[in-house]
Amino acid sequence: MCLAIPGKIVELDPQNANLALVDVVGVRRKVDLGLLQDEPPVPGDWVLIHVGFAMSKISEADAADQMQTLTMLGEAAAAMEEVRGYGLQEDPPDQYGKGWKQ
Amino acid sequence: MATIPAAKIRFREPQIEMAHGAGGKASRRLVEGLFAPLLFGASPGPLGDAAHIQINGTRIAMTTDSFVVKPLRFPGGSIGELAINGTVNDLAVSGARAEAIVVTFVLEAGLPTEILEAEVRAMGQAAEKAGVRIAGGDTKVVEHGKADKMYISTTGIGRLLSGVEISPQSVQLGDKVLLSGPIGDHGITILLARGDLDLEANLTSDTRSVFPLVDSLVQAAGAGVRWMRDPTRGGVATSLNELARDCGHGIVLFEEKIPIRDSVRGACELLGLDPLHIANEGQFLAIVSAELADTALQALRATPGGEEAQLIGEVREQPESSVLVTTLYGGSRIVDMLVGDPLPRIC
Amino acid sequence: MKFVDEFRSPELITKAGEEIRKLADPSRHYRIMEVCGGHTHAIYRFGLKDLLPVNVELIHGPGCPVCVLPMGRIDDGLALAAEPNFIFAAFGDMMRVPGTNGSPLEYKARGMDVRIVYSPADALKLARNNPGKHVMFFAIGFETTAPSTALTLVRAKAEDLQNFSVFCNHVTIIPAIRAILDSPDMRLDGFVGPGHVSTVIGCRPYDWIAKDEGKPVVVSGFEPLDILQSIVMLLRQLRNGEAKVENQYKRVVPWEGNRAALRAMAEVFELRPYFEWRGLGFISQSALKIRAGYAQWDSEQRFTVPGVRVTDPKAAQCGEVLKGVLKPAQCKLFGRECTPEQPVGALMVSSEGSCAAYYNYEHRKPVTIASAAAF
Repeated sequence: MCLAIPGKIVELDPQNANLALVDVVGVRRKVDLGLLQDEPPVPGDWVLIHVGFAMSKISEADAADQMQTLTMLGEAAAAMEEVRGYGLQEDPPDQYGKGWKQ
Repeated sequence: MATIPAAKIRFREPQIEMAHGAGGKASRRLVEGLFAPLLFGASPGPLGDAAHIQINGTRIAMTTDSFVVKPLRFPGGSIGELAINGTVNDLAVSGARAEAIVVTFVLEAGLPTEILEAEVRAMGQAAEKAGVRIAGGDTKVVEHGKADKMYISTTGIGRLLSGVEISPQSVQLGDKVLLSGPIGDHGITILLARGDLDLEANLTSDTRSVFPLVDSLVQAAGAGVRWMRDPTRGGVATSLNELARDCGHGIVLFEEKIPIRDSVRGACELLGLDPLHIANEGQFLAIVSAELADTALQALRATPGGEEAQLIGEVREQPESSVLVTTLYGGSRIVDMLVGDPLPRIC
Repeated sequence: MKFVDEFRSPELITKAGEEIRKLADPSRHYRIMEVCGGHTHAIYRFGLKDLLPVNVELIHGPGCPVCVLPMGRIDDGLALAAEPNFIFAAFGDMMRVPGTNGSPLEYKARGMDVRIVYSPADALKLARNNPGKHVMFFAIGFETTAPSTALTLVRAKAEDLQNFSVFCNHVTIIPAIRAILDSPDMRLDGFVGPGHVSTVIGCRPYDWIAKDEGKPVVVSGFEPLDILQSIVMLLRQLRNGEAKVENQYKRVVPWEGNRAALRAMAEVFELRPYFEWRGLGFISQSALKIRAGYAQWDSEQRFTVPGVRVTDPKAAQCGEVLKGVLKPAQCKLFGRECTPEQPVGALMVSSEGSCAAYYNYEHRKPVTIASAAAF
């Protein structure tokens, strides 16, 4: 149910728009992009792979944001983190477009 | 406190399953519970990679192994090379230089000659590279469908190096764990070569003779070498668990020190496999005294093929008879032998 | 590995551990449930319990799709595939799960054509490459995996591939959580929410847990820093007397879920009126079955399923362990009659089952002060 790994889209399959070659530190596999058909990823995008299907695009901005939060754990910015965690403030534009996130 | 396992596990299972050949717990039960009591006498002691025999005052080591591999050919090697290197390595890690090997082929009727020729050629080349003589052999042919193309069995004898006294009993608290190089290359290469998982990687099997490295180690630090093993099927975890059981101590590994290639790591993460359970065909483990550990490490690193050697852990009192992997942040987990072969998972 | 290694930084993990110890009120004993078996596995694999103070206890939830599968369903699947020209295809997770007469791997040793696949798409490929055989894919998983099965069925139908069917055992997570909260023996303070299920269903389905049950939920990723940060966020809520749903796994989980995945599921699946969960009994509207429009590709509609019910041995306490009422080591069979080598229940066979995880990773660890109470 839960094993999913980040991988980078290397190239789309020229014969099948639903398939893409994805790379995970040098290991490659054809992955089905059908679950992301509303906003198809392009080469260079990072996706989360589960049982050979791409489940979600990975937002570099959110990842960086999160790393920042973790780095500042325990420091004066604790209050700021709480607000961010609730998702109530306006997040920077992300790959899903408006309306995906609260 | 070192103890030889006292309890004999009687083998109670009604039939042989695949797990019994996988090198993990099930295999051990079969060997300890059926073969040992019937073949090795009342108290055989811990079972090592090779038998040590005295003939007219000369100490020789003898070992046998069989090779069942699918596919026969894979990036970096083939069953023929495995068959030679595997036996050379079993002798090496019992402290012996392989002198001669005899080979048995079990061939499936219908096997194309060119496949057999390729393997025999590969064996000849591997033997030459390893400096071992192929002294003879035997061939049997069985009906189509009964041998998965071919099975190869090799039996080797070797001369024990002087200055080597290795046994699990000589392992002491504070000793260090030495690993010759990155883990998992062979097992992952085979898994990918089977094609069922549709994964590709730039990986090759690490099959090779480890004798030159063992030789360097023994020459540099022979007095401090307590135990050696080549972590083939079942991986580093299985070899070290066997040692832990045999000597009664705990073996603690430092996860950040364990060398592993990126793509092996990536494949293991994708498939949910633990690299410590994956087979290696060109690496070996050694337990070395604390005083000589650094000398041993430098000796390996200075030998061609040993550049990536690492000290990956140490022998401690706790956890008794078990292997523990620790992380830099203080988390730890027990690593046990598997029952059968490692299986990919999605959960 | 990008998006993995950063979240395994030893320095930051140590820091997160310190923050947890600071936040945990020494006069309270926190009971936090991680719902998903993948989280259970991660917690053990990364040794995260070693970082928690004694009064922060992690309770393992029922989110292990192999663990909750009744033995009868495994028997059914194996019975279906017992025909001479069948290929039984399943994830590796299923291969050692015991049926009444053996596990899929044991059936394979006895001559059944059993294949391990990494993806339902690979099972479909097997069917294309073996036109003379029927490939039956034994599908398991929560909502993380169901959309992939759904899409595979869509593709099978589009190709009109005749020699492929799915034996569907997909289950849904919310009814399982409800069953936990309805259980009188349970006292929980909050939930570490299933991050990958949430990539599909989003975060809204957990609203009732916060609003009606008053328990905070933090939807969490699976790396050590994700899980630790989620615990930090839960402790903060509990300290402030709050109960909200938060998304710790924002880099991957969209609040509204994955609409394309939900569409695929709606196209192919409908809810069964009820389904038996091992250890939890019959739960209504908790499992998926294949719609009539895809009957041709549903093993249950195309073939006759024996439908045998197999009750668990009385001594096995899988249900209580599943619900988090008992710890694995408290089950009478743990480590004696029931071990990974000879498992009695699925919690000991599945790699994310709490019994297997505890047995394999933890129970011989030297006991430290921190681990003594939390085990």
